[in-house]
Amino acid sequence: MATQKVTVTLTVNGTTHTAEVEPRLLLVHFLREHLNLTGTHIGCDTTHCGACTVLMNGRAVKSCTVLTVQADGATIKTIEGMAENGQMHPLQEGFHVEHGLQCGYCTPGMIMRAAELLARNPDPTEEEIRWGISGNLCRCTGYVNIVKAIQYAARKLREREQAAAGS
Amino acid sequence: MIPPPFTYAAPTSLEEALALLQQHGPMAKILAGGHSLLPMMKLRLLEPEVLIDLRRVPGLDEIREENGYLHLGAMVREVELEEHPLIREKYPLLYETTRWIADPQVRNMGTIGGNLAHGDPGNDHPATMMAYDAQLVAVGPRGERVIPAREFFLDFYTTALEPDEILTAIRIPIPPPRSGGAYEKLERKVGDYATAAVAVQLSLAEDGTLSYVGIGLTNVAHVPLFAARSCAHLQGQRPTPERIDEAAQMASEDCNPRSDLRGSAEYKRAMVRELTRRAFRRALERAQGG
Ligand SMILES: Cc1cc2nc3c(=O)[nH]c(=O)nc-3n(C[C@H](O)[C@H](O)[C@H](O)COP(=O)(O)OP(=O)(O)OC[C@H]3O[C@@H](n4cnc5c(N)ncnc54)[C@H](O)[C@@H]3O)c2cc1C
Ligand code: FES
Ligand code: FES
Repeated sequence: MATQKVTVTLTVNGTTHTAEVEPRLLLVHFLREHLNLTGTHIGCDTTHCGACTVLMNGRAVKSCTVLTVQADGATIKTIEGMAENGQMHPLQEGFHVEHGLQCGYCTPGMIMRAAELLARNPDPTEEEIRWGISGNLCRCTGYVNIVKAIQYAARKLREREQAAAGS
Repeated sequence: MIPPPFTYAAPTSLEEALALLQQHGPMAKILAGGHSLLPMMKLRLLEPEVLIDLRRVPGLDEIREENGYLHLGAMVREVELEEHPLIREKYPLLYETTRWIADPQVRNMGTIGGNLAHGDPGNDHPATMMAYDAQLVAVGPRGERVIPAREFFLDFYTTALEPDEILTAIRIPIPPPRSGGAYEKLERKVGDYATAAVAVQLSLAEDGTLSYVGIGLTNVAHVPLFAARSCAHLQGQRPTPERIDEAAQMASEDCNPRSDLRGSAEYKRAMVRELTRRAFRRALERAQGG
């Protein structure tokens, strides 16, 4: 079978990329190997661990189980796109301040999933956070500080929102 | 792991998708969310030559009530069911089933049509659709046909869909007043497929007898099961604790689980009995307006 190539256009962290890809190319490989965005990790490769989580049109997805062709036309955000103007995102800050990581392998995926969670639910309960990150495995922390990190970011983001509304 | 090579198409109409299916025959597969298909392709359990992606086909993602049915397009994603106020308020069985499926990321991609068409006895929607007595709408070169959910699951990973047919919608009868439903799932860890799970949907008549009972069982046979004997035992009767226990006992006798890493067959049967009781009680409370 002659290998088909498909032209895809994806906007990744604000930059639009057009590429010719094999249909079987997984989104995680496109990000890591074609765009050199290696912040997105591959843990299990079987849709379980969530290390490969990125935002696709605002929704958290496991990029090891999405074809690049399925993401044609989509807007993608990875961990590299979280900081703005040299300022860490409140989630990144939260993981730093609250020691939400040890080895850090799960962290990019955790942060991307948490970003979606907070976008949909700015003031989640602890249970909602734990339920919300149930598709992300961490083998180091025991999750306690990850929950705290997300709570920290939720607080910060709400304060920022209030300040913006008040000014 | 990288899937085997295939040719990809993303048709923009149902007609085009059907024509592609016809053209490529059984070596073509429909791609919905890809969250059952791609894992199997990575493991080389499936090697389709052509994938026909439905993501650009319009009209397959609607959620609406119409002509006595809740209409769900086959490409409705789990997350859309989870977030839809109508589903949360009026279809608690469907809402609970959806919440128990996998994890948030998988629910962002997985579709209800794919969950049913895959024919996996471990998937959660099939039992729920049997409990609701839902209808599945399939379109193929011979036109449209409606398949009752209770007749859809023929064998392990085998459904009543022909290779040239596309599942376009699911229709759930709108429950009358005094109805309730619940899903009880036992899993080893959050996001796992069921060790055993039970879907119950019921309606009460004015006099307190059961005017409708549907019970479906997940992952306790090579196909999802409709607990026909349990339903017949309850239909038209008063839901007394004894009757509920008897119906639950029948469900545990009529399933056919295998011993595996999730538990022994005996354990799973015991769980079916208990989960049926629990789901039934919660469904009843809801029907009674609790
Ligand atoms: C880690 C993990 C955990 C999971 N846990 C659960 C769980 O607990 N419970 C559960 O129910 N599911 C679970 N799933 C499965 C998940 O819900 C899948 O998304 C779902 O089974 C398939 O839906 P899909 O849209 O991804 O379909 P696909 O993977 O795209 O397709 C599945 C099959 O259906 C066919 N198909 C799809 N749509 C149509 C259509 N419209 N017409 C005809 N054929 C069609 C495809 O050709 C393919 O054969 C899990 C998946 C993963 C990866
Ligand atoms: S690498 Fe994708 S879920 Fe683990
Ligand atoms: S910090 Fe090591 S896996 Fe989470």
